[in-house]
Amino acid sequence: MSNILVVLESREGSLRAASLEALGAARTFADQRGSSVIALATEKCELDASLLGGAGADKVLIADAAGHSADGAAATAARVAKESDATVVLLSATVRGRDLTARIAALLGTGFAADCTAADAEAMTFTRPEFGGKAFTTIKINGPVAVASLRGNFFAAAGREASAEMSEVASEAGVSMVTEISSQTGGRPDVSEATKVVAGGRGMGEAENWSMIEAVADAIPGCALGASRAVVDSGWRPHSEQVGQTGKTVAPELYIAAGISGAIQHLAGMNSSKVIVAINKDAEAPIFKHATYGIVGDALEVLPALADELKKLGL
Amino acid sequence: MNIISFVKRVPATTANVAIVDNKLNPEGVEFVLNPYDEFAVEESLAIKEAAGAGSVTAISFGAGEAQKELRTVLAMGADAAVLLANPAAPEADGATTARVLAENCKGREFDLLMFGKQAVDRDQHGVGPAVATLLGVPCITEVVKLEVAEGKVIAEREIEGAREIIEASLPCAITCQKGLNTPRFASLRGIMAAKKKPLEVVDVEVGEAAVEVVAMNMPPARPAGRIVGEGAAAVPELVSALRNEAKVL
Ligand SMILES: Cc1cc2nc3c(=O)[nH]c(=O)nc-3n(C[C@H](O)[C@H](O)[C@H](O)COP(=O)(O)OP(=O)(O)OC[C@H]3O[C@@H](n4cnc5c(N)ncnc54)[C@H](O)[C@@H]3O)c2cc1C
Repeated sequence: MSNILVVLESREGSLRAASLEALGAARTFADQRGSSVIALATEKCELDASLLGGAGADKVLIADAAGHSADGAAATAARVAKESDATVVLLSATVRGRDLTARIAALLGTGFAADCTAADAEAMTFTRPEFGGKAFTTIKINGPVAVASLRGNFFAAAGREASAEMSEVASEAGVSMVTEISSQTGGRPDVSEATKVVAGGRGMGEAENWSMIEAVADAIPGCALGASRAVVDSGWRPHSEQVGQTGKTVAPELYIAAGISGAIQHLAGMNSSKVIVAINKDAEAPIFKHATYGIVGDALEVLPALADELKKLGL
Repeated sequence: MNIISFVKRVPATTANVAIVDNKLNPEGVEFVLNPYDEFAVEESLAIKEAAGAGSVTAISFGAGEAQKELRTVLAMGADAAVLLANPAAPEADGATTARVLAENCKGREFDLLMFGKQAVDRDQHGVGPAVATLLGVPCITEVVKLEVAEGKVIAEREIEGAREIIEASLPCAITCQKGLNTPRFASLRGIMAAKKKPLEVVDVEVGEAAVEVVAMNMPPARPAGRIVGEGAAAVPELVSALRNEAKVL
Protein backbone atom coordinates (compact mmCIF):
# COMPACT_ATOMS: atom_id res chain seq x y z
CA MET A 1 0.00 0.00 0.00
CA SER A 2 3.11 2.19 -0.34
CA ASN A 3 3.09 3.46 3.22
CA ILE A 4 5.43 6.12 4.55
CA LEU A 5 7.61 5.16 7.50
CA VAL A 6 9.10 7.76 9.84
CA VAL A 7 11.85 6.63 12.20
CA LEU A 8 11.42 8.77 15.32
CA GLU A 9 14.36 9.92 17.39
CA SER A 10 14.27 9.90 21.16
CA ARG A 11 16.85 10.45 23.85
CA GLU A 12 16.61 9.01 27.33
CA GLY A 13 12.94 8.26 26.85
CA SER A 14 11.79 11.55 25.33
CA LEU A 15 10.95 12.33 21.74
CA ARG A 16 13.14 14.84 19.86
CA ALA A 17 11.14 17.71 18.38
CA ALA A 18 12.76 17.32 14.94
CA SER A 19 10.81 14.07 14.50
CA LEU A 20 7.57 16.05 14.26
CA GLU A 21 8.90 17.83 11.15
CA ALA A 22 9.62 14.43 9.53
CA LEU A 23 6.04 13.35 10.33
CA GLY A 24 4.73 16.48 8.59
CA ALA A 25 6.80 15.74 5.48
CA ALA A 26 5.60 12.11 5.57
CA ARG A 27 1.97 13.32 5.73
CA THR A 28 2.47 15.16 2.43
CA PHE A 29 3.77 11.96 0.79
CA ALA A 30 0.97 9.84 2.25
CA ASP A 31 -1.78 12.26 1.18
CA GLN A 32 -0.37 12.32 -2.33
CA ARG A 33 -0.59 8.52 -2.60
CA GLY A 34 -3.59 7.83 -0.38
CA SER A 35 -1.51 5.79 2.05
CA SER A 36 -0.67 5.91 5.75
CA VAL A 37 2.10 7.39 7.87
CA ILE A 38 3.62 4.88 10.26
CA ALA A 39 5.91 6.25 12.97
CA LEU A 40 8.44 3.92 14.56
CA ALA A 41 10.23 4.49 17.84
CA THR A 42 13.17 2.09 17.69
CA GLU A 43 13.65 2.25 21.46
CA LYS A 44 11.34 2.62 24.45
CA CYS A 45 10.09 6.17 24.98
CA GLU A 46 7.15 8.24 26.18
CA LEU A 47 4.92 9.16 23.27
CA ASP A 48 1.74 11.21 23.04
CA ALA A 49 -0.81 9.83 20.55
CA SER A 50 -2.37 13.21 19.83
CA LEU A 51 0.97 15.02 19.44
CA LEU A 52 2.17 12.42 16.91
CA GLY A 53 -1.23 12.16 15.25
CA GLY A 54 -1.42 15.93 14.96
CA ALA A 55 2.04 16.09 13.42
CA GLY A 56 1.02 13.56 10.76
CA ALA A 57 1.19 9.96 12.04
CA ASP A 58 -1.64 7.45 11.56
CA LYS A 59 0.00 4.63 13.46
CA VAL A 60 2.81 4.57 16.00
CA LEU A 61 4.90 1.48 16.68
CA ILE A 62 7.11 1.41 19.77
CA ALA A 63 9.93 -1.11 19.86
CA ASP A 64 11.14 -2.48 23.17
CA ALA A 65 14.89 -1.82 22.95
CA ALA A 66 16.21 -0.38 26.21
CA GLY A 67 18.87 1.94 24.75
CA HIS A 68 20.30 3.18 21.47
CA SER A 69 22.17 0.83 19.21
CA ALA A 70 22.55 2.20 15.69
CA ASP A 71 22.75 -1.23 14.08
CA GLY A 72 19.89 -2.58 16.18
CA ALA A 73 17.71 0.45 15.39
CA ALA A 74 18.50 0.18 11.66
CA ALA A 75 17.63 -3.53 11.65
CA THR A 76 14.32 -2.87 13.41
CA ALA A 77 13.51 -0.03 11.00
CA ALA A 78 14.40 -2.09 7.91
CA ARG A 79 12.23 -4.99 9.13
CA VAL A 80 9.28 -2.70 9.86
CA ALA A 81 9.75 -0.98 6.46
CA LYS A 82 9.37 -4.38 4.76
CA GLU A 83 6.47 -5.53 6.96
CA SER A 84 4.57 -2.32 6.34
CA ASP A 85 5.31 -2.07 2.59
CA ALA A 86 6.97 1.30 3.03
CA THR A 87 8.07 3.01 -0.17
CA VAL A 88 9.50 6.05 1.62
CA VAL A 89 11.43 6.05 4.92
CA LEU A 90 12.08 9.46 6.50
CA LEU A 91 14.34 10.47 9.39
CA SER A 92 15.69 13.71 10.84
CA ALA A 93 19.14 14.74 9.60
CA THR A 94 20.69 14.59 13.07
CA VAL A 95 23.92 12.76 13.92
CA ARG A 96 21.95 9.63 14.77
CA GLY A 97 19.48 10.13 11.92
CA ARG A 98 22.14 10.47 9.22
CA ASP A 99 23.83 7.35 10.57
CA LEU A 100 20.59 5.33 10.46
CA THR A 101 19.59 6.65 7.02
CA ALA A 102 22.62 5.07 5.32
CA ARG A 103 22.28 1.82 7.25
CA ILE A 104 18.55 1.38 6.54
CA ALA A 105 19.18 2.01 2.83
CA ALA A 106 21.99 -0.57 2.83
CA LEU A 107 19.74 -3.14 4.55
CA LEU A 108 16.94 -2.49 2.06
CA GLY A 109 19.31 -2.55 -0.94
CA THR A 110 18.42 0.96 -2.04
CA GLY A 111 19.82 4.49 -2.26
CA PHE A 112 19.53 7.33 0.21
CA ALA A 113 19.40 11.11 0.34
CA ALA A 114 20.84 12.82 3.42
CA ASP A 115 20.09 16.25 4.79
CA CYS A 116 17.26 17.14 2.38
CA THR A 117 15.91 20.68 2.28
CA ALA A 118 12.94 19.89 0.02
CA ALA A 119 10.96 16.90 -1.18
CA ASP A 120 8.48 16.55 -4.02
CA ALA A 121 5.89 13.93 -3.12
CA GLU A 122 4.47 13.77 -6.64
CA ALA A 123 7.75 13.44 -8.57
CA MET A 124 9.29 11.45 -5.66
CA THR A 125 12.42 13.58 -5.72
CA PHE A 126 14.54 15.02 -2.93
CA THR A 127 16.59 18.20 -3.02
CA ARG A 128 19.74 18.47 -0.95
CA PRO A 129 22.75 20.75 -0.62
CA GLU A 130 26.13 19.55 -1.83
CA PHE A 131 29.61 21.09 -1.85
CA GLY A 132 28.89 22.77 1.47
CA GLY A 133 25.72 24.39 0.15
CA LYS A 134 27.36 25.76 -2.99
CA ALA A 135 24.97 23.67 -5.10
CA PHE A 136 21.57 22.05 -4.62
CA THR A 137 20.98 18.70 -6.26
CA THR A 138 17.60 17.13 -6.90
CA ILE A 139 17.73 13.35 -6.96
CA LYS A 140 15.52 10.36 -7.56
CA ILE A 141 16.28 7.14 -5.73
CA ASN A 142 16.44 4.16 -8.08
CA GLY A 143 15.57 1.48 -5.55
CA PRO A 144 12.38 -0.10 -4.26
CA VAL A 145 12.33 2.31 -1.30
CA ALA A 146 13.52 5.91 -0.91
CA VAL A 147 15.33 6.57 2.36
CA ALA A 148 15.96 10.21 3.27
CA SER A 149 16.94 12.37 6.21
CA LEU A 150 15.48 15.88 6.47
CA ARG A 151 17.35 18.97 7.59
CA GLY A 152 15.86 20.76 10.60
CA ASN A 153 13.66 23.86 10.10
CA PHE A 154 12.85 23.00 6.45
CA PHE A 155 9.72 20.90 6.99
CA ALA A 156 6.78 21.44 9.34
CA ALA A 157 4.53 19.19 11.40
CA ALA A 158 1.10 18.73 9.80
CA GLY A 159 -0.78 20.70 12.46
CA ARG A 160 -3.99 18.67 12.31
CA GLU A 161 -6.36 17.29 14.94
CA ALA A 162 -5.81 13.57 15.05
CA SER A 163 -4.81 10.81 17.38
CA ALA A 164 -2.45 8.08 16.24
CA GLU A 165 -3.10 4.42 16.96
CA MET A 166 -0.34 3.08 19.24
CA SER A 167 1.08 -0.44 19.37
CA GLU A 168 4.24 -2.29 20.33
CA VAL A 169 6.70 -4.17 18.12
CA ALA A 170 9.74 -6.31 18.82
CA SER A 171 13.18 -4.79 18.38
CA GLU A 172 16.21 -6.36 16.71
CA ALA A 173 19.28 -6.89 18.87
CA GLY A 174 22.23 -4.55 18.31
CA VAL A 175 25.98 -5.15 18.60
CA SER A 176 27.21 -1.61 19.23
CA MET A 177 25.59 0.17 22.18
CA VAL A 178 25.44 3.70 23.56
CA THR A 179 26.61 3.25 27.15
CA GLU A 180 26.50 6.84 28.37
CA ILE A 181 24.96 10.20 27.36
CA SER A 182 25.96 13.49 28.95
CA SER A 183 24.23 16.77 28.19
CA GLN A 184 26.53 19.57 27.08
CA THR A 185 24.72 22.78 26.35
CA GLY A 186 23.96 24.04 29.85
CA GLY A 187 20.25 24.60 29.36
CA ARG A 188 20.46 26.23 25.94
CA PRO A 189 19.32 24.40 22.80
CA ASP A 190 22.02 23.01 20.52
CA VAL A 191 23.01 25.37 17.71
CA SER A 192 21.88 22.88 15.06
CA GLU A 193 18.37 22.61 16.51
CA ALA A 194 17.61 26.18 17.58
CA THR A 195 15.35 28.59 15.71
CA LYS A 196 17.49 31.58 16.84
CA VAL A 197 21.29 31.71 16.99
CA VAL A 198 23.75 34.36 18.08
CA ALA A 199 27.28 33.58 16.94
CA GLY A 200 30.62 35.24 17.55
CA GLY A 201 33.88 35.31 15.59
CA ARG A 202 37.44 36.41 16.08
CA GLY A 203 36.23 40.03 16.07
CA MET A 204 34.90 39.41 19.61
CA GLY A 205 38.51 39.90 20.71
CA GLU A 206 38.71 37.42 23.58
CA ALA A 207 36.85 34.58 25.24
CA GLU A 208 35.71 36.78 28.18
CA ASN A 209 33.63 38.90 25.79
CA TRP A 210 31.27 35.95 25.28
CA SER A 211 29.28 37.30 28.22
CA MET A 212 27.98 39.86 25.67
CA ILE A 213 26.92 37.09 23.26
CA GLU A 214 25.26 35.25 26.15
CA ALA A 215 23.39 38.40 27.24
CA VAL A 216 21.84 38.64 23.77
CA ALA A 217 20.97 34.92 23.80
CA ASP A 218 19.40 35.28 27.25
CA ALA A 219 17.08 38.00 25.93
CA ILE A 220 15.73 35.76 23.10
CA PRO A 221 13.85 32.62 24.19
CA GLY A 222 15.23 29.42 22.62
CA CYS A 223 18.39 31.10 21.37
CA ALA A 224 21.55 29.00 20.94
CA LEU A 225 25.19 30.07 20.78
CA GLY A 226 27.36 29.65 17.70
CA ALA A 227 31.00 30.30 16.83
CA SER A 228 33.34 30.54 13.86
CA ARG A 229 36.18 28.09 13.46
CA ALA A 230 38.76 30.77 14.25
CA VAL A 231 37.19 31.06 17.69
CA VAL A 232 36.99 27.30 18.25
CA ASP A 233 40.59 26.82 17.09
CA SER A 234 41.67 29.50 19.58
CA GLY A 235 39.99 27.51 22.35
CA TRP A 236 37.52 30.31 23.19
CA ARG A 237 34.49 28.11 22.49
CA PRO A 238 33.85 24.34 22.24
CA HIS A 239 33.71 22.61 18.86
CA SER A 240 30.07 21.73 19.53
CA GLU A 241 29.26 25.40 18.83
CA GLN A 242 31.18 25.64 15.54
CA VAL A 243 29.07 26.55 12.54
CA GLY A 244 30.33 25.88 9.03
CA GLN A 245 31.69 23.33 6.66
CA THR A 246 33.67 21.53 9.36
CA GLY A 247 31.15 22.32 12.07
CA LYS A 248 27.38 22.25 12.20
CA THR A 249 24.98 23.27 9.50
CA VAL A 250 22.21 25.46 10.78
CA ALA A 251 19.13 27.07 9.23
CA PRO A 252 17.45 29.07 12.01
CA GLU A 253 14.87 31.83 11.54
CA LEU A 254 17.41 34.30 12.89
CA TYR A 255 21.22 34.10 12.79
CA ILE A 256 23.16 36.97 14.34
CA ALA A 257 26.86 36.99 13.33
CA ALA A 258 29.05 39.28 15.43
CA GLY A 259 32.70 39.80 14.47
CA ILE A 260 32.53 37.07 11.82
CA SER A 261 34.04 37.90 8.43
CA GLY A 262 31.86 35.52 6.40
CA ALA A 263 34.45 33.12 4.98
CA ILE A 264 33.05 30.67 2.44
CA GLN A 265 33.38 27.76 4.90
CA HIS A 266 31.40 29.64 7.56
CA LEU A 267 28.71 30.62 5.05
CA ALA A 268 28.39 26.94 4.10
CA GLY A 269 26.99 26.30 7.55
CA MET A 270 24.49 29.16 7.90
CA ASN A 271 23.68 30.62 4.51
CA SER A 272 20.21 29.11 4.40
CA SER A 273 19.16 30.89 7.61
CA LYS A 274 15.98 32.88 7.05
CA VAL A 275 17.21 36.19 8.45
CA ILE A 276 20.91 36.95 8.87
CA VAL A 277 22.12 39.90 10.93
CA ALA A 278 25.77 40.93 10.57
CA ILE A 279 27.61 43.12 13.05
CA ASN A 280 31.11 43.91 11.81
CA LYS A 281 33.37 46.94 12.02
CA ASP A 282 34.57 46.44 8.45
CA ALA A 283 31.92 47.67 5.99
CA GLU A 284 33.61 45.56 3.29
CA ALA A 285 33.38 42.27 5.24
CA PRO A 286 31.94 39.51 2.97
CA ILE A 287 29.26 38.64 5.55
CA PHE A 288 27.37 41.84 4.62
CA LYS A 289 26.73 40.45 1.12
CA HIS A 290 24.68 37.67 2.72
CA ALA A 291 23.08 39.63 5.54
CA THR A 292 19.43 40.65 5.67
CA TYR A 293 20.35 43.45 8.09
CA GLY A 294 23.78 44.81 8.87
CA ILE A 295 25.27 47.14 11.44
CA VAL A 296 28.72 48.51 10.72
CA GLY A 297 30.37 48.95 14.08
CA ASP A 298 32.23 47.53 17.05
CA ALA A 299 30.50 44.35 18.21
CA LEU A 300 31.66 45.04 21.76
CA GLU A 301 29.51 48.20 21.76
CA VAL A 302 26.63 46.98 19.58
CA LEU A 303 25.94 43.70 21.44
CA PRO A 304 25.34 45.23 24.91
CA ALA A 305 23.02 47.80 23.33
CA LEU A 306 21.25 44.99 21.48
CA ALA A 307 20.84 42.96 24.68
CA ASP A 308 19.32 46.00 26.43
CA GLU A 309 16.92 46.75 23.59
CA LEU A 310 15.82 43.09 23.42
CA LYS A 311 15.30 42.92 27.17
CA LYS A 312 12.90 45.87 26.87
CA LEU A 313 10.74 43.72 24.59
CA GLY A 314 10.43 41.10 27.33
CA LEU A 315 10.27 38.23 24.80
CA MET B 1 46.22 -4.30 13.87
CA ASN B 2 45.20 -4.25 10.20
CA ILE B 3 43.45 -1.07 9.21
CA ILE B 4 41.82 0.07 5.99
CA SER B 5 41.52 3.82 5.66
CA PHE B 6 39.10 4.98 2.96
CA VAL B 7 39.87 8.26 1.22
CA LYS B 8 38.34 10.45 -1.47
CA ARG B 9 39.63 13.16 -3.76
CA VAL B 10 37.32 16.18 -3.44
CA PRO B 11 37.24 19.85 -4.48
CA ALA B 12 38.93 22.12 -1.92
CA THR B 13 36.42 23.83 0.36
CA THR B 14 37.50 27.18 -1.11
CA ALA B 15 36.65 26.06 -4.67
CA ASN B 16 34.07 27.94 -6.68
CA VAL B 17 31.36 25.61 -7.89
CA ALA B 18 30.18 25.87 -11.49
CA ILE B 19 27.70 23.38 -12.92
CA VAL B 20 27.66 21.75 -16.39
CA ASP B 21 25.22 18.96 -17.31
CA ASN B 22 24.11 18.51 -13.69
CA LYS B 23 27.71 17.94 -12.60
CA LEU B 24 30.47 19.98 -11.05
CA ASN B 25 32.59 21.60 -13.76
CA PRO B 26 36.07 20.49 -12.65
CA GLU B 27 37.82 23.15 -14.76
CA GLY B 28 40.00 25.40 -12.63
CA VAL B 29 39.02 23.55 -9.44
CA GLU B 30 41.73 22.54 -6.98
CA PHE B 31 41.30 18.98 -5.70
CA VAL B 32 42.52 17.76 -2.31
CA LEU B 33 42.33 14.83 0.07
CA ASN B 34 38.91 15.08 1.81
CA PRO B 35 39.62 16.97 5.09
CA TYR B 36 37.72 14.42 7.23
CA ASP B 37 39.67 11.57 5.64
CA GLU B 38 42.84 13.20 6.98
CA PHE B 39 41.52 12.57 10.50
CA ALA B 40 40.85 8.94 9.55
CA VAL B 41 44.34 8.46 8.12
CA GLU B 42 45.97 10.09 11.15
CA GLU B 43 43.97 7.93 13.55
CA SER B 44 44.81 4.78 11.55
CA LEU B 45 48.53 5.54 11.65
CA ALA B 46 48.45 6.39 15.37
CA ILE B 47 46.57 3.17 16.23
CA LYS B 48 48.98 1.06 14.21
CA GLU B 49 51.98 2.80 15.81
CA ALA B 50 50.54 2.24 19.30
CA ALA B 51 49.89 -1.43 18.51
CA GLY B 52 53.47 -1.74 17.23
CA ALA B 53 52.42 -4.08 14.45
CA GLY B 54 50.04 -4.32 11.53
CA SER B 55 49.38 -2.31 8.42
CA VAL B 56 47.45 0.66 7.13
CA THR B 57 46.04 0.30 3.62
CA ALA B 58 44.42 3.30 1.95
CA ILE B 59 41.59 2.55 -0.48
CA SER B 60 39.93 5.06 -2.76
CA PHE B 61 37.11 4.66 -5.25
CA GLY B 62 38.04 7.29 -7.76
CA ALA B 63 39.07 8.26 -11.25
CA GLY B 64 42.72 7.96 -12.29
CA GLU B 65 43.56 11.41 -10.86
CA ALA B 66 42.92 10.13 -7.32
CA GLN B 67 46.35 8.46 -7.39
CA LYS B 68 47.66 11.87 -6.29
CA GLU B 69 45.65 11.81 -3.05
CA LEU B 70 46.64 8.16 -2.45
CA ARG B 71 50.32 9.17 -2.79
CA THR B 72 49.69 11.84 -0.17
CA VAL B 73 48.32 9.19 2.20
CA LEU B 74 51.33 6.95 1.51
CA ALA B 75 53.59 9.93 2.24
CA MET B 76 51.79 10.45 5.57
CA GLY B 77 52.77 6.87 6.44
CA ALA B 78 50.28 4.35 5.05
CA ASP B 79 51.87 1.07 3.93
CA ALA B 80 49.96 0.43 0.73
CA ALA B 81 47.25 1.98 -1.40
CA VAL B 82 44.60 0.68 -3.76
CA LEU B 83 42.70 2.76 -6.30
CA LEU B 84 39.37 1.22 -7.28
CA ALA B 85 39.34 3.00 -10.59
CA ASN B 86 36.35 4.07 -12.63
CA PRO B 87 35.94 7.37 -14.48
CA ALA B 88 32.37 7.67 -13.11
CA ALA B 89 33.53 7.43 -9.49
CA PRO B 90 33.66 11.18 -8.71
CA GLU B 91 29.93 11.49 -9.51
CA ALA B 92 28.86 8.36 -7.62
CA ASP B 93 26.29 8.67 -4.82
CA GLY B 94 26.89 7.43 -1.28
CA ALA B 95 25.00 4.14 -1.59
CA THR B 96 26.70 3.22 -4.87
CA THR B 97 30.14 4.12 -3.48
CA ALA B 98 29.45 2.00 -0.40
CA ARG B 99 28.45 -0.98 -2.55
CA VAL B 100 31.64 -0.75 -4.64
CA LEU B 101 33.84 -0.37 -1.53
CA ALA B 102 32.12 -3.24 0.33
CA GLU B 103 32.37 -5.59 -2.68
CA ASN B 104 36.08 -4.86 -2.91
CA CYS B 105 36.70 -5.35 0.81
CA LYS B 106 35.43 -8.91 0.81
CA GLY B 107 38.41 -11.22 1.24
CA ARG B 108 40.58 -8.52 2.82
CA GLU B 109 41.53 -8.96 6.44
CA PHE B 110 40.86 -6.02 8.71
CA ASP B 111 40.34 -5.07 12.34
CA LEU B 112 39.28 -1.50 11.64
CA LEU B 113 37.69 0.34 8.74
CA MET B 114 38.33 4.08 9.03
CA PHE B 115 36.33 6.75 7.17
CA GLY B 116 35.88 10.51 7.23
CA LYS B 117 32.43 11.40 8.60
CA GLN B 118 31.51 12.93 5.25
CA ALA B 119 33.08 13.76 1.91
CA VAL B 120 32.83 17.51 1.41
CA ASP B 121 31.50 17.13 -2.14
CA ARG B 122 28.33 15.02 -1.90
CA ASP B 123 28.05 15.64 1.88
CA GLN B 124 26.04 12.42 2.33
CA HIS B 125 27.51 11.31 5.69
CA GLY B 126 26.66 7.74 4.81
CA VAL B 127 29.45 5.78 3.14
CA GLY B 128 31.00 4.53 6.41
CA PRO B 129 27.82 3.19 8.02
CA ALA B 130 26.61 1.78 4.68
CA VAL B 131 29.86 -0.12 4.03
CA ALA B 132 29.81 -1.47 7.60
CA THR B 133 26.19 -2.58 7.22
CA LEU B 134 26.92 -4.34 3.92
CA LEU B 135 29.90 -6.13 5.51
CA GLY B 136 27.99 -6.91 8.70
CA VAL B 137 30.37 -5.15 11.09
CA PRO B 138 29.46 -2.55 13.74
CA CYS B 139 30.10 1.12 12.97
CA ILE B 140 30.39 4.23 15.13
CA THR B 141 29.95 7.54 13.30
CA GLU B 142 31.29 11.08 13.84
CA VAL B 143 33.80 10.01 16.46
CA VAL B 144 35.80 12.66 18.38
CA LYS B 145 37.61 10.31 20.78
CA LEU B 146 38.62 6.70 20.23
CA GLU B 147 40.14 3.98 22.37
CA VAL B 148 40.98 0.58 20.93
CA ALA B 149 41.93 -2.17 23.36
CA GLU B 150 41.43 -5.87 23.90
CA GLY B 151 39.28 -6.52 20.88
CA LYS B 152 36.89 -3.66 21.46
CA VAL B 153 36.50 0.05 20.81
CA ILE B 154 35.14 2.75 23.07
CA ALA B 155 34.27 5.90 21.15
CA GLU B 156 32.85 9.27 21.98
CA ARG B 157 30.73 11.33 19.61
CA GLU B 158 28.91 14.62 19.79
CA ILE B 159 25.21 14.49 19.09
CA GLU B 160 22.91 17.54 19.25
CA GLY B 161 23.49 19.05 22.68
CA ALA B 162 25.16 15.98 24.22
CA ARG B 163 28.09 13.61 24.07
CA GLU B 164 27.59 9.90 23.87
CA ILE B 165 29.91 7.01 24.55
CA ILE B 166 29.50 3.96 22.36
CA GLU B 167 31.10 0.52 22.62
CA ALA B 168 31.55 -2.07 19.92
CA SER B 169 33.75 -5.08 19.31
CA LEU B 170 36.37 -5.47 16.58
CA PRO B 171 36.29 -5.67 13.64
CA CYS B 172 34.51 -2.36 13.49
CA ALA B 173 34.10 0.73 11.31
CA ILE B 174 34.64 4.29 12.53
CA THR B 175 33.82 7.61 10.84
CA CYS B 176 36.00 10.49 12.00
CA GLN B 177 34.95 13.99 13.05
CA LYS B 178 37.06 17.08 13.60
CA GLY B 179 38.51 17.10 17.12
CA LEU B 180 39.63 13.46 17.00
CA ASN B 181 43.28 14.37 16.30
CA THR B 182 45.56 16.74 14.43
CA PRO B 183 46.57 15.17 11.11
CA ARG B 184 50.30 15.02 10.45
CA PHE B 185 51.86 16.57 7.39
CA ALA B 186 53.83 14.36 5.04
CA SER B 187 57.55 14.81 5.73
CA LEU B 188 60.08 15.09 2.93
CA ARG B 189 61.30 11.61 3.87
CA GLY B 190 57.71 10.37 3.79
CA ILE B 191 57.22 11.83 0.33
CA MET B 192 60.39 10.10 -0.95
CA ALA B 193 59.41 6.81 0.70
CA ALA B 194 55.90 7.00 -0.79
CA LYS B 195 57.30 6.77 -4.28
CA LYS B 196 58.46 3.21 -3.59
CA LYS B 197 55.32 2.03 -1.78
CA PRO B 198 52.78 -0.14 -3.61
CA LEU B 199 49.87 1.71 -5.26
CA GLU B 200 47.68 -0.83 -7.01
CA VAL B 201 45.14 0.32 -9.60
CA VAL B 202 42.19 -2.04 -10.03
CA ASP B 203 39.54 -1.23 -12.61
CA VAL B 204 36.09 -1.73 -11.12
CA GLU B 205 32.54 -1.85 -12.44
CA VAL B 206 30.05 0.61 -10.99
CA GLY B 207 26.79 -1.05 -12.11
CA GLU B 208 23.45 0.71 -11.78
CA ALA B 209 23.65 3.85 -9.64
CA ALA B 210 21.42 3.87 -6.55
CA VAL B 211 20.50 7.47 -7.18
CA GLU B 212 19.80 9.51 -10.31
CA VAL B 213 20.53 13.23 -10.45
CA VAL B 214 17.52 15.03 -11.93
CA ALA B 215 18.83 18.58 -11.54
CA MET B 216 21.71 20.48 -10.03
CA ASN B 217 21.36 24.18 -9.39
CA MET B 218 23.15 27.04 -7.74
CA PRO B 219 21.72 27.94 -4.33
CA PRO B 220 18.69 30.22 -4.44
CA ALA B 221 19.87 33.85 -4.31
CA ARG B 222 19.29 35.58 -0.96
CA PRO B 223 17.06 38.63 -1.20
CA ALA B 224 19.20 41.77 -1.02
CA GLY B 225 19.77 43.02 2.50
CA ARG B 226 20.51 46.47 3.86
CA ILE B 227 22.79 48.20 6.32
CA VAL B 228 20.55 49.65 9.00
CA GLY B 229 23.20 51.97 10.38
CA GLU B 230 26.44 52.38 12.29
CA GLY B 231 27.34 51.42 15.83
CA ALA B 232 25.10 51.08 18.89
CA ALA B 233 22.88 53.91 17.63
CA ALA B 234 21.53 51.59 14.92
CA VAL B 235 20.28 48.99 17.41
CA PRO B 236 16.69 50.30 17.88
CA GLU B 237 16.17 50.28 14.13
CA LEU B 238 17.57 46.76 13.86
CA VAL B 239 15.28 45.44 16.58
CA SER B 240 12.28 47.16 15.03
CA ALA B 241 13.11 45.63 11.62
CA LEU B 242 13.48 42.16 13.15
CA ARG B 243 10.16 42.54 14.93
CA ASN B 244 7.97 44.38 12.43
CA GLU B 245 9.49 43.68 9.02
CA ALA B 246 11.10 40.22 9.27
CA LYS B 247 8.76 39.17 12.12
CA VAL B 248 11.30 36.86 13.74
CA LEU B 249 11.05 38.28 17.26
C1 LIG C 1 38.99 23.07 5.25
C2 LIG C 1 38.50 24.28 5.98
C3 LIG C 1 37.35 24.18 6.75
C4 LIG C 1 36.87 25.28 7.46
N1 LIG C 1 35.72 25.15 8.18
C5 LIG C 1 35.22 26.23 8.83
C6 LIG C 1 34.00 26.14 9.58
O1 LIG C 1 33.38 25.09 9.70
N2 LIG C 1 33.53 27.25 10.19
C7 LIG C 1 34.17 28.45 10.12
O2 LIG C 1 33.68 29.42 10.71
N3 LIG C 1 35.33 28.56 9.44
C8 LIG C 1 35.86 27.47 8.80
N4 LIG C 1 37.06 27.60 8.15
C9 LIG C 1 37.85 28.81 8.37
C10 LIG C 1 37.43 30.01 7.55
O3 LIG C 1 38.12 29.98 6.32
C11 LIG C 1 37.79 31.32 8.29
O4 LIG C 1 39.15 31.32 8.58
C12 LIG C 1 37.02 31.53 9.60
O5 LIG C 1 35.63 31.35 9.38
C13 LIG C 1 37.28 32.93 10.11
O6 LIG C 1 36.64 33.14 11.34
P1 LIG C 1 36.23 34.62 11.78
O7 LIG C 1 35.25 35.17 10.80
O8 LIG C 1 35.80 34.52 13.18
O9 LIG C 1 37.60 35.39 11.78
P2 LIG C 1 38.22 36.46 10.78
O10 LIG C 1 38.14 36.01 9.39
O11 LIG C 1 39.51 36.83 11.37
O12 LIG C 1 37.20 37.67 10.88
C14 LIG C 1 37.05 38.47 11.99
C15 LIG C 1 36.06 39.54 11.59
O13 LIG C 1 35.76 40.32 12.73
C16 LIG C 1 35.74 41.69 12.37
N5 LIG C 1 36.04 42.43 13.59
C17 LIG C 1 37.23 42.57 14.23
N6 LIG C 1 37.08 43.26 15.37
C18 LIG C 1 35.77 43.60 15.46
C19 LIG C 1 34.99 44.30 16.40
N7 LIG C 1 35.51 44.82 17.51
N8 LIG C 1 33.67 44.42 16.15
C20 LIG C 1 33.10 43.91 15.03
N9 LIG C 1 33.79 43.24 14.12
C21 LIG C 1 35.11 43.06 14.32
C22 LIG C 1 36.74 41.84 11.27
O14 LIG C 1 36.41 42.96 10.46
C23 LIG C 1 36.57 40.50 10.53
O15 LIG C 1 35.60 40.61 9.51
C24 LIG C 1 37.56 26.51 7.42
C25 LIG C 1 38.71 26.62 6.64
C26 LIG C 1 39.19 25.52 5.93
C27 LIG C 1 40.42 25.68 5.09
